[in-house]
Amino acid sequence: MIGADAIVKCLEKEGVTTVYGYPGVAICPFYNSILDSEIRTILVRTEQNAAHAASGEARVTGKVGVCAVTSGPGATNLITGIATAFADSIPIVCITGQVKSELIGSDVFQEADITGAVESFVKYSYLIKNVEEIPRVFKEAFYIANSGRKGPVLIDVPIDIQNAAIRNFKYPEEVNIRAYKPTIKGNIVQIKKVIKELEKAKRPIICAGGGVHLSEAVLALREFAHNYRIPVVSTMMGIGVMPTEDPMYFGMVGNNGKAYANRAMNESDLLIMVGARVADRAVSQPDLITTNKILVHIDVDPAEIGKNVGPSIPLVGDARHIFEDITKEELKCEHEAWIQTLEGYRETMVQKRNPNPAYVDPAAFITMLSNEMKEDAVYVADVGQNQIWSCNYHIVKQGRFLTSGGMGTMGYSIPAAMGVKRGDMDRQVVAVCGDGSFQMSMMELATIMQHHIPVKIIVLKNNYLGMVREFQHYTYKDNYSVVDIKDGTPNLEKLAAAYDIPFIRVENMSHAQEKLKEFLAQDNTMLMECLVDPMDLVK
Amino acid sequence: MQNRVFQLLVDNNSGVLSRISGLFSRRGYNIESITAGVTADSRFSRITIVTSGEEEILDQIEKQVAKLIDVRDIRELKPEKSVYRELCLIKVRSTPEKRQGVISVADIFRAKIVDVNIDSLIVELTGSQSKIEAFIGLLQDYEILEIARTGIAGLGRGTEDLVHLE
Repeated sequence: MIGADAIVKCLEKEGVTTVYGYPGVAICPFYNSILDSEIRTILVRTEQNAAHAASGEARVTGKVGVCAVTSGPGATNLITGIATAFADSIPIVCITGQVKSELIGSDVFQEADITGAVESFVKYSYLIKNVEEIPRVFKEAFYIANSGRKGPVLIDVPIDIQNAAIRNFKYPEEVNIRAYKPTIKGNIVQIKKVIKELEKAKRPIICAGGGVHLSEAVLALREFAHNYRIPVVSTMMGIGVMPTEDPMYFGMVGNNGKAYANRAMNESDLLIMVGARVADRAVSQPDLITTNKILVHIDVDPAEIGKNVGPSIPLVGDARHIFEDITKEELKCEHEAWIQTLEGYRETMVQKRNPNPAYVDPAAFITMLSNEMKEDAVYVADVGQNQIWSCNYHIVKQGRFLTSGGMGTMGYSIPAAMGVKRGDMDRQVVAVCGDGSFQMSMMELATIMQHHIPVKIIVLKNNYLGMVREFQHYTYKDNYSVVDIKDGTPNLEKLAAAYDIPFIRVENMSHAQEKLKEFLAQDNTMLMECLVDPMDLVK
Repeated sequence: MQNRVFQLLVDNNSGVLSRISGLFSRRGYNIESITAGVTADSRFSRITIVTSGEEEILDQIEKQVAKLIDVRDIRELKPEKSVYRELCLIKVRSTPEKRQGVISVADIFRAKIVDVNIDSLIVELTGSQSKIEAFIGLLQDYEILEIARTGIAGLGRGTEDLVHLE
């Protein structure tokens, strides 16, 4: 058995079913060994998308996503994907080939110091120096990636280590990293304080972030919110924690969110912030969420608590455990008047849009799409205006809403949707992107076709990098600079034909519904182009 | 702005020092000094970091450093409960006539003359940072050619805050 065989064995032990990647000489021993395994390999068209695909898979399965690429440019191409996963705390393990151990540091062909380069956006990284370390390192890497505050782990494996004979392959049963012991159970004294404050509170609210999904606390949180009649708002990463039409859900907060959600959060007297890092897009004025209210901040990462805002009650731990523990305590609370007030806000503070009837109205279209999609479908939004429309008009039922919230990486949706579909082939998966983000990831149409990964792709086409155009509209008084993509954008119908992908164009809302029905009718890959008014705005 | 001294016990993995210093640089934290050395158990190193910042930043530094996988423990070394020492080597220009003056200043501070040359000598001083600064201040009358300071190493007093390795 050689190192490369050992790596494959480790992946099998971890229950990995798919590896996304791109080969090169330095990772060839691994890709040779994996031929003897049941693990499926998906050949992406650029390495960044291997990380995004692994991220998509991890987000729906709860397991660690895995990608493997070669040294040098293969590894550096992966960086944006790793940083994207890090910003959203998504568990992935990235395996990179490396030049021969003895050549490291001498600037040979395709050598890059990848562990050094990714240091600031991995949870941890390894450079394997001895083949016998492989089982321990992989065991640790999977554990670190998927425990505590989750995140990417990178393992750099020189080619000579992959080829070296391993004497002793024994996959460890347990991990023992002396310095790494995440706090899972919430402190009971702090939990009792929360209960006490909840009993006093007249206007309590929960703000749920992406951590609620990551800790699989969704059901526990819903139960808690319903049992004690506590309204819920969410951050962008927390969308889907509550079904959009749940009576206790009051929308997404933040500068791109619902006005009534922000108002609800600001007017509350007890705010339970859970699995959210109080980042600038969700909470632009941190002082508003601390004045005149008790702030409870629940997070598995102690460093997030107090980083951007000082809470009254810090509570470190895993959200699911904490909500389960809180629900066990005796608690009496009554705030129907508050709920009625919020319902009033939700009805009256609605953003009015004046859609141009000559085009597809993204807001109405996305809502229509949600209603045509299956109940448990996964909606993957890209980055840009399409993302903000998606956040505000997509109706989550029993499915998931995924996007690159922290890093805002354009081109995330298509590769992530591939990973989602690979992770759960029975789910309907729809990627919604703009014409800008589509062109950052359209090479993956090849991957989708080659590996028969039926994802639905919708391009909201407005001939602009719309989010930046909108910013230039407000900030630079319509002085548009490098945002016009009309001339270079390919004819998407011809492009789809080149890949043998069925294509549908929607020009305006008049036939949108029947076209959507046609688009979603079968479990196959399809590309839909929606013509959107170039001057449309999200605000 | 205030100074704070942290002692860290870290796994002796390769790259651990760069992980810690990298964390400081990317989050914009200050490092006034950093010293590292292996402990009695060769699997661990002890690192002493002197940092400065506002209260919230100093708290955040402690949490962010604690989060690093290689960091076994981080504790503040409070001045009243700890011993800090720094070693400093100072090369002073001194002709044979002036040499005695330097030596007598060194004697007051219990510094050692560790090298003598025709026109210079090297003085070694160990002590707290304030003692070293006072000493350097007194040597301003002479021409200081070079200074090498190690930054402080520190330990907590007594056995109360002992960090157990296993």
